[in-house]
Amino acid sequence: MEFRKHVLANGLEIVAECNAQAYSTALAFFVKTGARDETADVSGVSHFLEHMVFKGTATRSAADVNRELDEIGSHSNAYTSEEETVYYATVLPEYQTHALELLADILRPALRGSDFDMEKQVILEEIFKYEDQPPFGAHEKCMAAYFGSHSLGNSILGTVESVTALTPDAMLKYFQRRYSAANIVLVAAGNVDFDDLIRTADRLCGHWPKQDAHRTPGRATPQSRFQVITKEAATQQYAVQISSGPAADHPDRYAHRLLATIVGDDTGSRLFWALVDPGLAEFAAMSSYEFDGCGIMMTYLCCAPDMIAENLQCVRDLQREAERQGLRDEELELAKSKVCAHVVLRSERPSNRLFAVGNNWIHRQTYQTVKETVDAYQAVTMDDVRRTLEQYPLTAGTTVSIGPLREVACPV
Amino acid sequence: MTWNRGTGTGAHCKRPADRPLRRPRPKPTRTKAEGCERICGLAQKIYTHTLPNGLVLVAEAMDWLESAAFTLLLPAGCSHDPSQRRGLSNLTCDLLQRGCGSRNSREFLEALERLGADHSASVSGAHMSFGAAVLSENLPATLALYADMTLRPHLPSDQLDEARLVCLQELRALEDDLAHKVMQLLRQQHYPDPWGRSAQGVETEVEQITHGDVTQFFQRQLVPRGAILSVAGKIAWPQLKEQVEQLFAAWSDRPVAQTSEVASLGKYRHIEHDSSQTHLGIAFPSVPYGDPDYYQARGAVGILSDGMSSRLFTRVREERGLCYSVYASCHSLKGRGSVLCYAGTSTERAQETLDVTLAELVRLRDGVESAELDRLKARIKSGLIMQQESSASRSHSMASDWYFLGRVQTLDALSRIIQDLSCDSINQYLRQHAPSQFTIVTVGAQKLEVPVGIS
Repeated sequence: MEFRKHVLANGLEIVAECNAQAYSTALAFFVKTGARDETADVSGVSHFLEHMVFKGTATRSAADVNRELDEIGSHSNAYTSEEETVYYATVLPEYQTHALELLADILRPALRGSDFDMEKQVILEEIFKYEDQPPFGAHEKCMAAYFGSHSLGNSILGTVESVTALTPDAMLKYFQRRYSAANIVLVAAGNVDFDDLIRTADRLCGHWPKQDAHRTPGRATPQSRFQVITKEAATQQYAVQISSGPAADHPDRYAHRLLATIVGDDTGSRLFWALVDPGLAEFAAMSSYEFDGCGIMMTYLCCAPDMIAENLQCVRDLQREAERQGLRDEELELAKSKVCAHVVLRSERPSNRLFAVGNNWIHRQTYQTVKETVDAYQAVTMDDVRRTLEQYPLTAGTTVSIGPLREVACPV
Repeated sequence: MTWNRGTGTGAHCKRPADRPLRRPRPKPTRTKAEGCERICGLAQKIYTHTLPNGLVLVAEAMDWLESAAFTLLLPAGCSHDPSQRRGLSNLTCDLLQRGCGSRNSREFLEALERLGADHSASVSGAHMSFGAAVLSENLPATLALYADMTLRPHLPSDQLDEARLVCLQELRALEDDLAHKVMQLLRQQHYPDPWGRSAQGVETEVEQITHGDVTQFFQRQLVPRGAILSVAGKIAWPQLKEQVEQLFAAWSDRPVAQTSEVASLGKYRHIEHDSSQTHLGIAFPSVPYGDPDYYQARGAVGILSDGMSSRLFTRVREERGLCYSVYASCHSLKGRGSVLCYAGTSTERAQETLDVTLAELVRLRDGVESAELDRLKARIKSGLIMQQESSASRSHSMASDWYFLGRVQTLDALSRIIQDLSCDSINQYLRQHAPSQFTIVTVGAQKLEVPVGIS
C-alpha cells in the first residue's frame, strides 16, 4: 500500500492509494461543489449538472458515454451532496486509462439544450420520487429548518419550481465558476498505475481553466425548531432531528462518531434497546456528519403515529441522560470494536477506499491509512466523549416530523 | 433511503441502485452466483463437507483477505408458514435472536458486536438466513454464537410480544415504501402460493401467532437436512471443518414437511393509493438458476437492464425521460424462475411508461445484438473478478449455488459459460421463450390500461 500525490500545473490535485495486489482500480473526480455553493435562483443546479455530465461532450453523445462506460465493464455512478459532486468508476486494472479518458471527457460536458430539456424531466421525476417515499423529504426539510439561511440548509434536489426555471445558460455559468481545475481532485485507489495516471490526467485535464473557487463556509447559527408536516397518505410517522457536531477538520469528530454509535447505532445502542428491540419503533438511529466549518448529529425515527410523542420523549430522555450522567467505559470499548471492525472490513474493496481517501483529502488535505484511522478511534478517551457532549449537546436542535398526524407533542 | 450510505446526509445519485434500498434490517440475500477463476489467474480453493445430520458446509479460502464471512441458510422460509399464520417464519427469526445457550438477548448481541461482526438476518420464501462478516481471527467465536442460536435458542415467551411488535412495525413501514411493496405484490400475484409470499406476512395473522406456533415451527423447520453453511475468506479448512462438525454434531436430523401450492392470482392488479407516483411491477415466466438455459435468460435480461447503455435505461429513461428508476432482474425459485421488472414514475406518465417498458420486453423476441452482448460480458467479467474482493459476497454466492445446483460453481467454469454465450444462443432461447404471459401490478392513483394481445 503506497500513497502518491501530484499537482498539475493548473492546480488539479491527484491523490492515490496504490495497492498492486488489488483486483480492481477505482477512480473518481471529486468536485468540491454542491448544494451549499448554490444561490437560491439556481437551487438544484449542482445535482442537475451531475446528470448533465453524463449527457455527452463535444465528441461524444449521451449514448456514447453510457455505451463506452459499459464496454469497459465499469461500475460507475455519480452523486451530489451538500458540498461535493463525485463521478466515479471501478474497473479492472487494464482499463484504467480508458476509464480516466471517459471520466475526464465527461467532466467537460456539452450541455446541449435538447438533452437539458429531456434530463429536466428525469430530475423532476426524481424530486417526485423522494417526496413520495419515506421519510418524504424529512432530511432536507430538517436541514433547512436547522440551518435557516445558512448555505448548508440548501436543498440538494432543488424544488419543482427552481428546477423548472433553470436554463442551460445558468448551468453553464455555474459550471464555469465551480468546475475549476483547482476545485477538483482526481482520486484513485486499488491497483493503480500512478505514473500513467499523471500522464493521462495531464494530457486530458492539463488545459482545464483555473480560477478561484474557494468557498467561505460562513458561520452557522443553528435554529431550535419543532415542525410537524402532515402527509395524510403516510402510514408511519417519521422524525428527523438535528443537533450540532464538530466540523470535518476537528479532532473531536472521532469521539462524536463513537458517541453516535453508543447512543444511536442501528443495533446494540441505547436507542436500539429502548425503542427498536421492544418493537416501539420500526427504526431509530443516530449518525454524525461533518462538513466544512461545522458538523451535525442526525437522529432518525420511524414508528406508528400513536407512538411518536412517547418515542420522541424517550429519545430526549436518553440524550439528556447521556449528557448528565455520561456513558460507561464498556460502552465506549464496544463502540470502538464495532466502528474499527467496520472500517477494516469496508477497506477490502478499492471502491470503498476510494471514498475514504477522497473525502479525507478534500476535507483535510491529508492521507490516512486504515491503521491510522483505527488508531484514531482507539485513542478516544471518555474525557473526549464527555467534552464532545458538552460542546455539542444532543438535546439542543431542530426536529421535523412527517406523517399522518396534524400535531405532535414536543418533547420536554 | 440514503440515510447511512456515508456519502453525506442526503446525497443523490445519477443512477439508482438496481433494487430499492431498504432499511438496515432485514438485509436482502443474493440469489445467484457469478465468478471466474481463469480470468483472475487464481486456483480457487473450494471445499465441501456434509455432516452425518445432513448439514452441508461449503467454503472457499481467500488468503488475500483479512476478513471471513459466512451465510447460514436454514430451510425455514416463509413458504413454510402455515396458512392463517403467515409471518410466522419472520417472527421466529426475530425471536431466535433473543437469547441462546448461556446468553440472554442483550448478551448475545453484545457478544456479536464485541467481535466486530457485520451481521444480518432475513427471511425469503425458501430460507431463513443469517450471515456475518468479521476479521478472520473472530470467525470461530462468531460461528459458535450462531450454532448456539440455531441449536439452543431460548425463544423466550416473555419477549414474544416485543418480537411481534417488531414484525408489525415492519409491515406498517412497508405500507409507505411503495417501490418495495409493489414488487412484493407482484410476486404474490405472479407465483402460485406459497412461492410468492412476502416474509412479513399478514397483519391479522401475525397478531394471532402464539408461542406454541413459534416452538412448533422451530421444531419442524430448523433442521439440518436442507441447511447450508457457506464460509468464505481467510480460513484454514481443516480447522473450520473440525469446528463446524463439533458445533453442529448435536443437531438431530429430522424430516422436513412438504409444501403444497395453489394457483397464482392472475394478470393485473391495481392498488389504489393517494400518491403523485405510480409504481409498476411486471413479471413474466423465465427459467431459474440451475436450468441449462439460465445463462441465456440472464444474458437477455442483462441486455435489458445491466448498465447505463441497457435497453430499459436507454429507452425509458434516457430517450424519453419517463422515470428515474427502471430495472429488470432474473428471479429464481427452485424449479421456477421469472423476470421481474420495476418502474416508478409520476401518475400522468405511468401509462406511457408501462407501454414503453412492455414494448421493450416484447421486442426481446426480435433478438439481441453482438455489441450489446459484448458490453454485457465486459460488465459481468469485471463483476466476477470484483467478487473476489468480498468474503461476504462470495459466501452468499456459494450458499445460493449449493441450494440451486448442489455444488459450487467455480469462477473458472462460470467465466467459460459467459464467454460461450452468443447472440445465436440467446436468440434461439428467446425464440422459444419469448416474453409473454405478463403479470402486472400497479400501485398509485389511477388504474392503467393493460394492452390486450401482448400475452
